[in-house]
Amino acid sequence: MFRFIARRLLETIPVLFIIVTATFFMVRFVPGGPFDSEKATTPEIRANLEAYYGLNLPLHQQYTNYLKAIVQGDLGRSTKYASRTVNEIIADKLPASLQLGGLSLLIALVLGLSAGVIAAVKRNTKIDYIASSFAMVGICVPTFVLGPLLVLVFAIHLGWFSASGWYSWDDRILPSLTLGIVYAAGIARLTRGGMLEVLNLDYIRTARAKGASEARIIFRHALRGGLLPVVSYLGPAIAGILTGSFVIETIFQIPGLGREFVNSAFNRDYTLVLGTVILYAVLIISLNLIVDVVQVWLNPKLKFE
Amino acid sequence: MLSPEKLPSAEVLPAQLDQGVSPWLNAWHRLRRNHLAVFGGIVLIALSLLCVIGPWFSPYGYEQTDLYNTFSPPSASHWLGTDQLGRDLLTRLLFGGRISLMVGLVATFVALTIGVIYGAVSGFFGGKLDRVMMRVVDILYALPFTIFVILLMVFFGRNILLLFVAIGAVEWLTMARIVRGQIMSIKRMEFIEAARSLGLGTPRIIFRHMIPNILGPIIVYTTLTIPGVMLLEAFLSFLGLGVQPPMSSWGVLIKDGAERMEEYPWLLIFPGTIFSLTLFSLNFLGDGLRDALDVRSAKD
Repeated sequence: MFRFIARRLLETIPVLFIIVTATFFMVRFVPGGPFDSEKATTPEIRANLEAYYGLNLPLHQQYTNYLKAIVQGDLGRSTKYASRTVNEIIADKLPASLQLGGLSLLIALVLGLSAGVIAAVKRNTKIDYIASSFAMVGICVPTFVLGPLLVLVFAIHLGWFSASGWYSWDDRILPSLTLGIVYAAGIARLTRGGMLEVLNLDYIRTARAKGASEARIIFRHALRGGLLPVVSYLGPAIAGILTGSFVIETIFQIPGLGREFVNSAFNRDYTLVLGTVILYAVLIISLNLIVDVVQVWLNPKLKFE
Repeated sequence: MLSPEKLPSAEVLPAQLDQGVSPWLNAWHRLRRNHLAVFGGIVLIALSLLCVIGPWFSPYGYEQTDLYNTFSPPSASHWLGTDQLGRDLLTRLLFGGRISLMVGLVATFVALTIGVIYGAVSGFFGGKLDRVMMRVVDILYALPFTIFVILLMVFFGRNILLLFVAIGAVEWLTMARIVRGQIMSIKRMEFIEAARSLGLGTPRIIFRHMIPNILGPIIVYTTLTIPGVMLLEAFLSFLGLGVQPPMSSWGVLIKDGAERMEEYPWLLIFPGTIFSLTLFSLNFLGDGLRDALDVRSAKD
């Protein structure tokens, strides 16, 4: 296990390096720069700005300077808000996004697992059909349709929640639900499929023959095997939740990093774009690593692959 | 629910069995028995026809504004109402459908091409090359690809061709895995050996002899890729990065509708429903094809 983790960690170094390099040069080579929007700047001001951000240096030097800085955890200064560093902006905006993502994942797991297990245990009954149809609806109604619809019904007509904002705990419910439901649906389908496959295996019959209670069979014996497809789905699901929050944060006007990222791309805020891409890459890669470790722990066969 | 056509199964099948039924015909019979898949297929055909032909019969142009008739609710003259500029929503929905469906098809084609070639090469050559290529796929799976698509769209202008390529370049990974697995499973079979001993070149063996034999899984996953692709297009359009006004796509219409849903809910509800219905149909058809072609699922 230790060697597995060490190998995967080592692998992420070149991957991150490629991401940083690719994004860095993509951002530098695109037409349009951070200082040509809005007011026309005089050449002198422009030169000063470029000197301030080190953009007047030769490209390779900018690149090595940037690499040196990020190794020390310094993501530089925002080119849009000169007074703020990217680290500050991230520290300011990330918590809301993480909360949204965490809650959504929690909702997805709780809803999805329970629906999937119930559907599998009660397979081919009305309960199964209802759960499976809900899962299909969850998969086919995209977040940017579901979100506004939920707002329309629960905020505007029923007045239970506010339509936007991120102040009280009530404000967390609609956004996390919207973002979580798609993945709840996916998890429910995978859990149902995985459980159905496992419930037919010999070791379950053995457990049954030995007189284990139905609850014990499901939770103690079947779930561990039945969860395997769900765990491998969690990696893509986490990436999806993180990027899906761009839209959710826009719909519900949440002051999170997702919305900041999209805006920074529009503003061509070089350093902020780079910083957020790196941060998202690190987040997604490390969460995937955790998922992989859990997967190996659940299914020891994978260790010898 | 639509009533499925009457099946000839009982009377016709035995007679056909005498002549032998091709696997494709067999699959077709199985597919026709799956009501949801048939429903999905019919909806898709109807929607595509409507989107292609419909606009010609509309008295309105998709960018024709009518400032005396803004935000009019559904009525006899505007069946689905009008938007903030008095444009007819039905016409825009059909025009938008053309774009959305086209993105779905073209970008899926890009994904299909990359995925099949990549997967086939990896599976066919095996060994070290295969390990490296599949490791790359694993790593790409774990990357925030949507972020790169967003960056591409912002930086290089919101060009619809770029949109096709960018989306296609993201969605090929699953196809590559499927094709690789399938190629591995048939590459030791006798007919491949026969082809090799006839002196055929590798590309010819892969494309003439192997790919046709794994068409089933490829078709199934193509059908299941289209909804993912359409979702990504709508996602980008919703962020203002996809299709640009005055052109419309379902994503653009949903975005516009969501901004004004408080007073004019139909602007959100109609495009949202049509879009979801399309995704439903594609998923049902894909699931039905998977069962009919008896493709072992890699997902559920």
